[in-house]
Amino acid sequence: MPARRSLGEGGFGRTAWLVLRKDLMVEVRSLEIAYTTLFFAISCVLFFAFALVKEGKAPEDGAAGILWIAIAFAGTLALGRTFERERQSETLRALLMAPADRPAIYVGKLLGIIALLSVAELVLVPLVAFLFQAPLLSHPFWLSAVLISGTVGFSAVGTLFSAMLVRARSRDVLLPVLLYPITVPVIIAGVRATAALLEPDVELSLVRFWVALLLALDVVFVTLALWTFEPLMTD
Amino acid sequence: MPKWFLPLTGLCAVMFAASPFIIANADYEATMGLVQKIFYYHLPSAWIFLLSAIVCGIASARFLFRGSPRQDRLAYAAAELTVLFGAIVLVTGPLWARKAWGVWWQWDVRLTSSLMGWMVAWAYLLVRKYGGPGSDKLAAGLALFGMANVPFVYVSVNYWRTIHPATTVVPTLPVDMGLALWFSVACFLLLFVLLLRLRVHLEEQRARLDALYLSLDE
Repeated sequence: MPARRSLGEGGFGRTAWLVLRKDLMVEVRSLEIAYTTLFFAISCVLFFAFALVKEGKAPEDGAAGILWIAIAFAGTLALGRTFERERQSETLRALLMAPADRPAIYVGKLLGIIALLSVAELVLVPLVAFLFQAPLLSHPFWLSAVLISGTVGFSAVGTLFSAMLVRARSRDVLLPVLLYPITVPVIIAGVRATAALLEPDVELSLVRFWVALLLALDVVFVTLALWTFEPLMTD
Repeated sequence: MPKWFLPLTGLCAVMFAASPFIIANADYEATMGLVQKIFYYHLPSAWIFLLSAIVCGIASARFLFRGSPRQDRLAYAAAELTVLFGAIVLVTGPLWARKAWGVWWQWDVRLTSSLMGWMVAWAYLLVRKYGGPGSDKLAAGLALFGMANVPFVYVSVNYWRTIHPATTVVPTLPVDMGLALWFSVACFLLLFVLLLRLRVHLEEQRARLDALYLSLDE
């Protein structure tokens, strides 16, 4: 196996930054994935609102659940589209042939997905707060902690599986099949934490517990992904 | 097939035939009475379900990092058995729950995480079947994440307030219930080993057939 040379000094970080910058530049030029994902997420929220609203009022814990479902669905779409773009231009193969640390490539792609999902969340949170009269913005620090740790966990597994599936058959339907069972703990923790933040008198110890669980899940998932990215992407 | 296979299959059949009698001889549990006795099949199948997920995960790791096709066949067989024993748990559990708790299902952490672990095993099989070339590695990656779920499933019931009994129950069982339980565990463990060996044997035959077809083409 050829030795991996890092790209200049600070090899790992620099590689990850270069991959991230490439993704951001490509995305900013057309904004295709950003707009379509955002629109899909908003339609998702509206769909759930129409399905669950009774006599003009949404169910009690509806806001938290609907927010996270929209994030999960939009995230799946964004993952599929991002790697479809890679597949069409065969850039993934080019990336893998470059003399760069494979885990660094993974981290670069992961940060790109997290950036995309964060933009979606910046729009979704006020929208859900507005549509469901939910005081989502009352504890911005804790809400950000919940959203960031949940997004990292979801994206870590999603990026790994999407990259793996790039060359597989039925990749569009297999991504949710693989992704959703594994990320259920992340979604559950995210929803419970968000719902706890929406209570009239917030129990911060409960929120802290769920955030701690989310962070633990993040560590496990990112570690597993970094460990398995190389053998999974090698033929 | 190895020499021990047929005799052990016979032994397993005899043990399973004897198990209803041994279970009937155990004491009745205080609150649930006869209904509790499904425990002697529910708990061993749950343990084998988790064990099978671990076997699948370890075999998948060895396949991913060493490339051994034998480990891949073992992982595939273990994933199928995870689905099988998981199905047994998820049927016996609700049957018991309906009588003991009054509901077929509760979204508590033990039940939810077990269901998710079971779905991961299903996803493994779907990927192997429909993923096309390279799906053996994809599924192996998935199996590793599934294995990471197993400690969570086991330990979760001790840290959350759930309706499902905690792991402290088994060490504190009275002697005759304990005997019936460990006998059932032995039955299920033997069944698991036999089914695993049989399934791996099938995959080995398939691999040998493929190799023969390929050598014909040359």
